[in-house]
Amino acid sequence: MNRLTLILALAATPALADPDPKALKRLVRQDCGSCHGMTLKGGLGPDIRPASLAHYRRDDLTDVILDGLPGTPMPPWRPLLSKDEAAWIADYLLEGDPE
Amino acid sequence: MTPVPLSPNTVENRHGSGIHRSRNTPAGGLRTRILALSLAALALCAPPLPASAQPTGDLGLVVERASGSLLVVDQSERASIGRITGLGDLSHASLVYSPDEHFAYVFGRDGGLSKVDILAQTITARVMQAGNSIGGAISDDGRFVAVSNYEPGGVRVFDADTLEMVADIPTGSKTIGLVDIPGTRFVFSLWDAGETWIADLSGETAQITRIKGMGTNPYDALVTGDGRTYIAGLFGEDHLSALDLWQEHPEPQVILPGYAKGREGLPVYKMPHLEGWALAGQDFVLPAMGQHEVLWVDARSLQETGRTATHGQPVFAISRPDGRHVWVNFAHPLNDTVQVIDSVTKGVIHQFTPGPGVLHMEFTPRGHEVWLSVRDAGKVMIYDTETFEKLGEIAAESPSGIFFTARAHRMGL
Repeated sequence: MNRLTLILALAATPALADPDPKALKRLVRQDCGSCHGMTLKGGLGPDIRPASLAHYRRDDLTDVILDGLPGTPMPPWRPLLSKDEAAWIADYLLEGDPE
Repeated sequence: MTPVPLSPNTVENRHGSGIHRSRNTPAGGLRTRILALSLAALALCAPPLPASAQPTGDLGLVVERASGSLLVVDQSERASIGRITGLGDLSHASLVYSPDEHFAYVFGRDGGLSKVDILAQTITARVMQAGNSIGGAISDDGRFVAVSNYEPGGVRVFDADTLEMVADIPTGSKTIGLVDIPGTRFVFSLWDAGETWIADLSGETAQITRIKGMGTNPYDALVTGDGRTYIAGLFGEDHLSALDLWQEHPEPQVILPGYAKGREGLPVYKMPHLEGWALAGQDFVLPAMGQHEVLWVDARSLQETGRTATHGQPVFAISRPDGRHVWVNFAHPLNDTVQVIDSVTKGVIHQFTPGPGVLHMEFTPRGHEVWLSVRDAGKVMIYDTETFEKLGEIAAESPSGIFFTARAHRMGL
């Protein structure tokens, strides 16, 4: 790896590791919303507002996001999201959106 | 139908459109201009016209999903002519038209059913009929509007004039794939129970025919333009199921068995949609589930006739009205792209990226243009379907479904 590539790679890493709340909120509303509804109260997929997810531990919910739920339409998001991003979404769902 | 006087605002629109038309019409010579200007002048002087004088045949509505509003659009002007607000949660909303193309019935995700006057651009009636719903249909005679509900599961039928409920059909299951067929009948499927029901509303009370064994988790369904073939896509099976509704006792028929056999199922980040625009030439074209391809079956025999590899998980595979081409959009994260497939060679002949979040495509009634809603660009984009040239765009807030009034005269839309 030449020096320039290394610098670029290092410069790029924090951006990947650091979840972007605005982009992730949008993803939750628009894309999780395809099945769970834009207001997250459910559609073909279940309600994923805080009260409905209360029985989930954060780490388990993160795993569900990353690996999906086999046998259900919940797909694995690992190809598209980092672990930190999935954890951010788990927190966001468990805490709810104050807005 | 009571004629509704046009508002002064709408008269302005008519006046404006007269001028636009003369400018935009390729063949519009001096004579056309003079005529248009005279007409415009007349419109200025004339007393308000009765609503029946405003043609609706080239109007349409665009769902603005985040703001709970509808944009009223004029196809020939390629322009927005107004906005109707206050329709609640319109994420995943759809609508159907009254036979006279004067009213639209809007099915909101929050269970709201609204009747909208597209001439006056107002809501004339609105009921919250369930907690969570997923589309609807209008009967062939225009008397009944049916809504398909997730919560509580089932179908409710309303008087198209008053929105009073005339039938409640609980199913104990999320219902999907609700369509109208001849004989004042509706057909829909049960996600949880794997059944298809036919509700006949031609008599005093709804008569229900239950068809079992459609397969695990039907997620959407379509009926062909002749009202004969009902096809359900299945999330839980490696095939689709079809019913011949012209049979006395329709039986589920497995089509495209094992289409994904031996191949890894790819993640589905948005469920495909099945719509009654499936007939392309002599074949039906259908989006695969968990595979990046569309599938072709012979319209009569329902035997597979081919597959076309696509850019991503197809969401809509919509045949141009003449059937010559099929336009396909895709699930997240590949939803910035559209592909066009030739229905004779079944090869992709054009691919382009209109912008982020292409959610829906609607053809003009004879297919010379296609309108695309590009959600994250906040635009409806208009393309020539022969040259693929972009013809214009209209600003819209998070646009999703586009519905032209010509749908009023088509079954199963």
